[in-house]
Amino acid sequence: MSTNEIFAGGLSGTLAMAALGVLALYLARAPIQRLIHSSCLAVGQGLRFASRSIFSVRTRLVARNREVLLAAGREAAARMVEREYERFSDKVRRDLGDYPALHQGLTEQASKLDEDYAASAANPPAPPGWAEAVEAVAAVPAKAEPVLRQVLESIHGSFKKAGEEANRAYRDDCRTRHKHLHDMAPSWRESAKLLDQVKTRVETLNDRAATVDACMKRYEDINADSDQAAMSLQSSALVQFFISGLVLLVATGGAIVNFHLIARPMSEMVGGNTYMGAFRTADIAALVIILVELSMGLFLMECLRITNLFPAISALPDRVRQRLAIVSFTLLLSLACVEAGLAYMRELLLQDELATAAVLRGDQTTDPAFLWITTVAQMGMGFILPFALTFIAIPLETFIHSMRAVLGWVAAGVLLTLSFSLRVLARAFEEAATVINQLYDVVIFAPLWAEQRVKELRGGQIEVVGARKVIKDAETRLKEREAA
Amino acid sequence: MRKLILGLTAGFAATLAACGEPPQRNTGVYMLIDTSGTYTKEIDQAQQIINVILARLEPNDAFAVARVDTGSFSERDIIAKMHFDDRPSVTNQQKRQFRDSVDTFVRGVSPASHTDITGAMLQATEFLAEKGTGRKVIFIFSDLKEDLPPGYVRNFPLPLDGVHVVAVNVTKLRSDNIDPREYINRISSWQARVEEGGGTWQVINDLDRLDATWDAPA
Repeated sequence: MSTNEIFAGGLSGTLAMAALGVLALYLARAPIQRLIHSSCLAVGQGLRFASRSIFSVRTRLVARNREVLLAAGREAAARMVEREYERFSDKVRRDLGDYPALHQGLTEQASKLDEDYAASAANPPAPPGWAEAVEAVAAVPAKAEPVLRQVLESIHGSFKKAGEEANRAYRDDCRTRHKHLHDMAPSWRESAKLLDQVKTRVETLNDRAATVDACMKRYEDINADSDQAAMSLQSSALVQFFISGLVLLVATGGAIVNFHLIARPMSEMVGGNTYMGAFRTADIAALVIILVELSMGLFLMECLRITNLFPAISALPDRVRQRLAIVSFTLLLSLACVEAGLAYMRELLLQDELATAAVLRGDQTTDPAFLWITTVAQMGMGFILPFALTFIAIPLETFIHSMRAVLGWVAAGVLLTLSFSLRVLARAFEEAATVINQLYDVVIFAPLWAEQRVKELRGGQIEVVGARKVIKDAETRLKEREAA
Repeated sequence: MRKLILGLTAGFAATLAACGEPPQRNTGVYMLIDTSGTYTKEIDQAQQIINVILARLEPNDAFAVARVDTGSFSERDIIAKMHFDDRPSVTNQQKRQFRDSVDTFVRGVSPASHTDITGAMLQATEFLAEKGTGRKVIFIFSDLKEDLPPGYVRNFPLPLDGVHVVAVNVTKLRSDNIDPREYINRISSWQARVEEGGGTWQVINDLDRLDATWDAPA
C-alpha cells in the first residue's frame, strides 16, 4: 500500500493518519511540552511584569494625587488664613481704631468723677478754739456778780449766734457735696456704657481670633501632610465636584433656554437657511453670543476677584483690573440688551409665521389676547439670563479644581483594576501550561500507556547504576525506616 | 521667520481648501399643474397642495408653479416663481405674494387642448438647475396622460439627475376603468423614464401623506 493509497482511503486511511499523528505527537512530547511550558511561563511573567509596572505607576499616581491635593488644600487654606487675618485686621481697625478716643473719654470721666468725689468729701467744722474759754467761764460760780452775769449772758448770746452761723455753713457745705454727688451719676452711666462697648468689642475680637486659630490649625495640619488632612481634602473635593457639577447642569439648562430664545431671531440677521458644516449659521451665531456672554461673566468675576481662574488677570494692577471689570460689565449689559431685543423679535417672527400659516390655510388671523405678557416675559428672560449665567464662573472654578482630584482617583482606580486583571491573567497562563500538557497527554494516552507497561515489565531487569543507584538505595532505606 | 510665515500661510490655505464649498441645503420646488380638459376642475386641490408646499418651504428656498398645456417647454407657462429671501420675515411676505399670484391664476384658468408633460419637466429641470438648490423636487399634478400636438418631439431621455419627482393626484381616466393596465402602465412608464434620467419617483394620491412625505424625499 503506497502513501497515496493511505491518504486516499476512507475510514482506514483516516485511522492510519490519526495513528501517525498520535505517534508523531508522542515522539515529540518532551520538546513540545517544554515549549508549551516555557511559552506560557514567558507570557505569564510578561503579564506579571506589566501588572507590577502598572501598579508602580498607580502608586506614583496616588502619591502625586496626594501631593497635588495637599498643595491645592495648602494654597486654599493659606488663602483662607490670609482672608481671616485681613478680616481680623479690619475688625481691629474698625473696633479698636477709636480706642484712644474711648480711653480718653474714660480718663476724662474718671478725672471728673475723681474731682467730684474730692469735692463731695465731708468737711467737718473746725473744733471751736474757744471751748476751753467756755469751760472756764462755765466754771465761774453762778452766784457771781451781776456784771459778770451780764457778761456771761452776752458771751452766751454771742456763742449761740456763732453756733447757728456755723450750723448754717455746715448745711450749705453738705448741700454742695450732695450736688457734686448728684452730678457724678451721668458720668457713672457714661463710664459704664463705655466699658460695655469695650467688652463687646473685645468679645467679638476673641471670636474672630478663634476663627483665625481654627484656620491656622487647618493650615498647619495640611502643611504637616497628615493623613487626616488628606482624607478630609479628598472628601471635600468629591463633595465639591458633585455639587458644582449639579449647579453647572442647572446653569446649562439656563443656557439652553437662552439659546432657544435667540436662535430663531438670529436667523433674521445671519440668514435662515445657511449652514456651516452640519449646523445652521443662526444656531452657531446664537451659541457664539451666549459663549461671549459667559466669557464676559468670567472676566467680570475674575476682575472682582471672586474667582481665580486666570492668574494674569489677578496679577494686573488694581486700576487696570477695575477698568477691565467696567469694560466687561458694559459689554455684558450691551449683550443683555441685544438679547432682550432679539427676544422681542422672536415673538414678532412667531406671530408673523403663524399669520402666514393661517393665510395659507385660508383661516382668519386673530391677535391673541395677553400677547404682551409672553413678550415681556421673553424680553425679561433675555435680559436677565446673561447676568444669571455670569455666576457660572464660581461653580466652574470649583468644578475644574475638584475635577483634577477626581480624575486622579478614577485613573488610579482604572490602573489598579488593570493591574489586578493582568495579575489574574498571568496566573491563568501559568496554570494553562499544566492543563495544556495534561490535555496533550490525553491525546497520546495510548503510546503513554504502552510506555508505562513496558517500563513495568522491564522494571526488574534494568540494572540501576551510578547516581540513580544511590538515590534508589536512599529511598529503600527511608521506606524501611518508615516501616520500622 | 520668513519660512515660518510662509509655512503658516500654506497651512492656513490648505485648511481652507480642505473645508471647501459647503453643500447647499435649500430646496427648489417646481410644480406642474395639468390644465388640459376636465383637469381644470381639480385646480382647487392643486391650490391646496401649493399652500401646503408654501407652508413647508423655508428661507432661501425656491418655488415655481407652471401649467402644463400644449407646448410647455417655455417660460410663458410659469404662473409664479419666487426665490425666497434669507430673512424669515421677508420670506413670509413673499409667500403671501406667491399665494395671491396663484389665486389670480386659479380664478382665470382655461382648459388647454394638449398636454406636454415632457416639455414642462424639461422646463422644470432647467429652472431647478439654474437655482442650484441642494434638493430638487418636481411635483406633477396630472393624470400623466401625455397628449402632444403633431410634430412635437419628446421621446428622449430626461436629464433628471438628483431630482425627486412626485406625481400627485393621479386620477384614473374613463379608459383606465375599462382596462386598469393602462393606468398601471402609464405610471410605470413615467417611473422608468424618470429613473433612467437619474431621478427618483414617487406617487402620492392621498394628499394627507404629502405633509409626511415632505421630510423624506430622496
